[in-house]
Amino acid sequence: MNFFELRKAAANATMIVVTGAAALLTVGVLLFILGYLVWHGAQSLTWSFFTQLPAPVGETGGGMANAIVGSGKVLIIATLVGLPIGFLGGVYLSEYASAGAGFALRYVTDLLNGVPSIVIGIVAYALVVKRMGHFSTIAGGVALGIMMIPIAVRSTEEYLHAVPQMLREGGLALGRPKWRVIATVVIPAALSGIISGVMLDLARVAGETAPLLFTALNNQYWSTGWSQPTATLPVMIFTYAISPYPDWHRQAWAAGFILLMVVLAVNLTARLIFARKRIATGG
Amino acid sequence: MIRSGAIVQPTSPLGQEDKPKGLVARLRSGDQVARMIVLLAAGAIFLITAIIFSELVLESKLSRHQFGWRFLVTSTWDPVMGDFGALPFIYGTLVTSALALLMAVPLGVASAIFLSELAPRRLSDALTFLIELLAAVPSVLYGLLGIFVLVPFLQDHLVPPLQSLLGSLPIFSGAFYGVSYFSAGVVLSIMVVPFIVSVSREVLLAVPREQREASFALGASRWQTTRRVVWPNAARGIFGSVFLALARALGETMAVTMVIGNATRISTSILAPGYSIAAIIANEFTEATGDLYLSALIELGLVLFAVTFVVNGLARLLIVATIRRGHSAA
Repeated sequence: MNFFELRKAAANATMIVVTGAAALLTVGVLLFILGYLVWHGAQSLTWSFFTQLPAPVGETGGGMANAIVGSGKVLIIATLVGLPIGFLGGVYLSEYASAGAGFALRYVTDLLNGVPSIVIGIVAYALVVKRMGHFSTIAGGVALGIMMIPIAVRSTEEYLHAVPQMLREGGLALGRPKWRVIATVVIPAALSGIISGVMLDLARVAGETAPLLFTALNNQYWSTGWSQPTATLPVMIFTYAISPYPDWHRQAWAAGFILLMVVLAVNLTARLIFARKRIATGG
Repeated sequence: MIRSGAIVQPTSPLGQEDKPKGLVARLRSGDQVARMIVLLAAGAIFLITAIIFSELVLESKLSRHQFGWRFLVTSTWDPVMGDFGALPFIYGTLVTSALALLMAVPLGVASAIFLSELAPRRLSDALTFLIELLAAVPSVLYGLLGIFVLVPFLQDHLVPPLQSLLGSLPIFSGAFYGVSYFSAGVVLSIMVVPFIVSVSREVLLAVPREQREASFALGASRWQTTRRVVWPNAARGIFGSVFLALARALGETMAVTMVIGNATRISTSILAPGYSIAAIIANEFTEATGDLYLSALIELGLVLFAVTFVVNGLARLLIVATIRRGHSAA
């Protein structure tokens, strides 16, 4: 081996080690974060966390039952607002859009995806809270619903686009109208992908805090109906974490643990659903 | 060479409608109705983006008329006297984002290069899966860890030796209370690394395999191939991923709010407490008494929206250009 060969091999080995160390550090930090949240959060968990209302300021104990239900209700509204627009927008992109219109819509969708969540909160405040005159579950749901749209669009488009062209041609050759081919052939073929995309989308907005601060606000008690302010898990974590009370800190960790478990479980399930489907179709 | 548009832009897969069919026939078959429905949804997305912008402009009118452009360059924030300037928050947002990128970019890009070019495939897949999973951790949880783990760690272990070494420099001077621009920068850097890794890796993987194989065939090592063949093709897209991360860091709210210290002044030292645009909106919006106060906060939102819009737009253009070039060369 001459000098140049040696230098080449040395540079190669060095860079593998250096970049490998960077990757290890990245994964290491992230694993530490996950591990710490799980370890510390699980210790802080009690039964009353799931069954009781928050205790009055200064008292220990209590739980976040209202926040768990509140998060669920806000997510229902968000799905009702974001999913139809996002799904149909994705169908438009994949099946109907011309190249120019498609590029424009894709670009706008990406920009909407990049709008800071706190700004979405301001807009939901101006549109819903100001008109209704008070903070509400609906306002929080609208904010999260807007946030759901971009990912619903892009994942629906991606999975529809992966459906083989032959299936569409086969359907059209049978004399079916285009919309029936899309509804009965193309969409069912992509369904598992689309569902996993929606699940990931929901998991993402489930942890959003900033858009809820001045839309759903918070509530120490049960929120009945849809037009009252409501507690949600992310906002409770924020409120309790910056409070001066040790018992509230413990509950913030417990709530963080639950939120993390839900988000990770949904992520893993969504990835599994899609992976299994991909294996089954061999595509 | 194939026209690039044909690959990247999925054109209408079902082709154009048949010309001879009349409107009535298409209405009866439902095609026209279906087209209207999906067009409506597509239009709604444009509309929502436009409404976001117009609401911010409308609702911030009071403040814009009162302060004009001065709003951006003055640093008084006095709700009692009704005098508002955005400079401390703009400064804090820029400083924390810059700190975050300073730490996250080298780490993220190096990791992406390792994962896409140098690591064995199985290891790469497993690590990528983990990193993408961790990108799903909600930001309020990063804030929780920031308050209770990072801040005490910085206070006890990292900052004292740093100050005894470099404390004479203005940017490391002054008392350290744990919450600071620096703490916010560290939390942000951890949050954006997964973004940089996954987008950069995607851009790197879009470089055609034939180009790598040609380079290997000439006797180049993996690293030489990465540096001389893959990198020049992917560089623009990787800049794009950095801009994406920047946009995210600029707009990140919860984690920053929890560790930046909420001080409405400008400090040279990165170890001093400060404030960011998103953080002051999060903290003061519901407490804003008076229309001018609320309007000033919404104008801050408008500033944040405008900045992230530009940065994001730039990022997308860079990424689209790179990935399309990769495809058209294939």
